[in-house]
Amino acid sequence: MNLLQDNFPTFMQGFGYTLLSSIIALVGSMILGTVFAIMQILPQNWVRTIGNVYVQVFRNIPLLIITFFFFLVVANYVKISGFTSGTIALTLYTSAFIAETVRAGILSIDGGQMEGARANGLSFWQAMRHIILPQAFRVALPSLGNQFINLVKNSSVLAFVGGLDLMYQGNMIAANTFDTFLTYIIVAVFYLVITLPLSYYVKHLEIKLKHAA
Amino acid sequence: MEKAKKKQFGIIATIVLAAVIVLGLMWATATARRNEEHQDTLARVQKLGRIVWGVKADTKLFGLMDTKSGVPQGFDIDIAKAVTVQIAKQTDTPLSAEFVPVSASSKMQLIKNTNIDGSVSTMTITPEREKIIDFTDEYFDAGQSILVKKDSGIHSIKDMNDPKYTVIVIVGTTAATETKKFAPKAKILAVQDYATGMQALKSGQGEAMSTDNAILYGFATENPDYQIVGGTFTHGPYGIAFDNNQGPMIRETNKALATIKKNGVYNKLIKKWFSDVPGLDWHSLEAK
Repeated sequence: MNLLQDNFPTFMQGFGYTLLSSIIALVGSMILGTVFAIMQILPQNWVRTIGNVYVQVFRNIPLLIITFFFFLVVANYVKISGFTSGTIALTLYTSAFIAETVRAGILSIDGGQMEGARANGLSFWQAMRHIILPQAFRVALPSLGNQFINLVKNSSVLAFVGGLDLMYQGNMIAANTFDTFLTYIIVAVFYLVITLPLSYYVKHLEIKLKHAA
Repeated sequence: MEKAKKKQFGIIATIVLAAVIVLGLMWATATARRNEEHQDTLARVQKLGRIVWGVKADTKLFGLMDTKSGVPQGFDIDIAKAVTVQIAKQTDTPLSAEFVPVSASSKMQLIKNTNIDGSVSTMTITPEREKIIDFTDEYFDAGQSILVKKDSGIHSIKDMNDPKYTVIVIVGTTAATETKKFAPKAKILAVQDYATGMQALKSGQGEAMSTDNAILYGFATENPDYQIVGGTFTHGPYGIAFDNNQGPMIRETNKALATIKKNGVYNKLIKKWFSDVPGLDWHSLEAK
């Protein structure tokens, strides 16, 4: 436990960066993911194609490669730090998965709902916003919760590009103290501090929405 | 009734899971402790007839993976081979040398876990490391330096003592701690290996990469736009590393090192790897 006391500020700094990156990526990927989910079900062919290509590209490339692309290639043209490149990559990567999840949610809503809404005078976008999406999110919530937890754990990719996150600080502490075993156990516990409450919150939300329905 | 049964199953499952985790942890700590106990490396390599060396696979001149053969090549590897041959002669047992690529941050743990017997991997002898592992006599004289872009206007590490500069280092090297002493205000960016470090330097993630001069010379030959400036600002010779309290193995290895330095094998290897490096006075590296 000396290890934890001696390096507490370092661990906390890493914890903060991991949390910050996760929150930014979570909000960003939710917005992007929803946009691309809707794009994939629009009637216009070319819009659907763009949405499809985006999802297939970012879903099927390893996260590390996307990260290195921003860190090493994009950095030649725009000044971009390790933290920023990691967070952008995390957002793009996760948004592809969220797009698929939300799309599945939308498709699970009966087509009659949209027809009914349109018949009552709502525009396509109004119907989407007020009728379809709220129900789609309720259906998709369990898988979305999975994606959020994955996102927090995937943020450890920042360690490879000097993103100052929990894993990066863990590597540094392990290298300085040579106590690899204990360091990574502490790092794992810090990750649990974020992911466990998150999974309980998602579960709680599920139950709440079920009762509301 | 159904519900009670389900509950019972849940409780039993939880208990079993907890027991598995606790037993697993106990087993892991027991294994770790057994590894900490004295295990004679020399006896082990004699019994198995091989020495497993941890070497670098991403460091030009010292240990670089040859993609055609899949075996690392470099000064460290040749030293390890020569030492293995010599130890085999001294102990009168046939020994072969095997190579496992290690990174700067993993090598200590691999020695402690006995995944590798010893490590010839550009490892600077430091008092902190000597508390945990054993070093032989030095086999290469190194010192830390910095590699910068030719038109950067940086002439030494002292120029970099400014928050606007970032120095790229590799996790687990002495450069990570030493740089802070000489340029306390500069930012540090630690990456996992030398290849990533060089790429990061090229794409402007930092203004300089800092590590031992001999390693930097390897990068400077590959990348003519970059140069080493300011000479060395630390002195940190390399040693071959073994687990703690390995008296017999250290004795044999030191004897082997002394022999290859005396019989000219060492100087031949210095010539083989360092005579073509521009800007490096390779004669100064030879054993006297």
